[in-house]
Amino acid sequence: MVGTMDRHDGERRSRRDILKAAGALATGCGAAMLVRPARSTPASMQIAIRNVVGSAAVTRGKVTLDIPPLVENGNTVPVSVAVESPMTPTDYVKAIHVFAEKNPQPNVISIHLGPRAGRANVATRMRLVDTQKIVAIAELSNGSFWSDTADVIITLGACLEDAI
Amino acid sequence: MARALINVPAKARRGEVIEIKTLISHEMETGFRHSTIGVPIPRNIITSFVATYNKEEIFRAVLFPAVAANPFITFYTVATESGTIAFEWTGDNGFSATETATITVE
Repeated sequence: MVGTMDRHDGERRSRRDILKAAGALATGCGAAMLVRPARSTPASMQIAIRNVVGSAAVTRGKVTLDIPPLVENGNTVPVSVAVESPMTPTDYVKAIHVFAEKNPQPNVISIHLGPRAGRANVATRMRLVDTQKIVAIAELSNGSFWSDTADVIITLGACLEDAI
Repeated sequence: MARALINVPAKARRGEVIEIKTLISHEMETGFRHSTIGVPIPRNIITSFVATYNKEEIFRAVLFPAVAANPFITFYTVATESGTIAFEWTGDNGFSATETATITVE
């Protein structure tokens, strides 16, 4: 009796292992990433941000980063950034930068505007490898930097490994 | 030649803020992926996008591998005068594409 139960347990375990292995093969992307952590960290995002802003202080506000909080497909995530600014020749947004903390490279896009933009509002689509924090930083014509952050949950990340 | 789609209003009032939508077909291969036999796939992305309004630059973007395939970018500009809005994408492996749109400002 005990013996049969053991055998059953054994069978169940092995079946579970097989299923797990099959799952790992199917989602080869995730399995391979555990082996090769080709990701940046919040620290490398900070370095990337410093490369853009230099030693200037970054204040929260004025920027609105709009990303859906829950995204199914990390391969194409809509993102839009709006900055409060009159966009006059003396007071305008010079640049908008977007960073992702866990992507292999934290930079996403850098946009350069001028007073002719009329409205400091840009949108694009980006790739995100995993659930993470996104930072948008705007540089105004007076040299000040403003930022906004957003947390995004990704169900299926942009695959790093497998060519489809 | 990559296919590009541009959406610029054909007519605008002088001083009106218009929205411009751009989309170009490009795989945007990140350079972080490997083929099924483990060989790294080299990066092949669009790195730069510039829009000019009657030869004056109105918008410039530096793209990184994190921009999704078939880069879609929208932005705004002030309709100042009738003329041509030209778009240029450049990237890895000598990639270059241009597109123009005409606008009538009343």
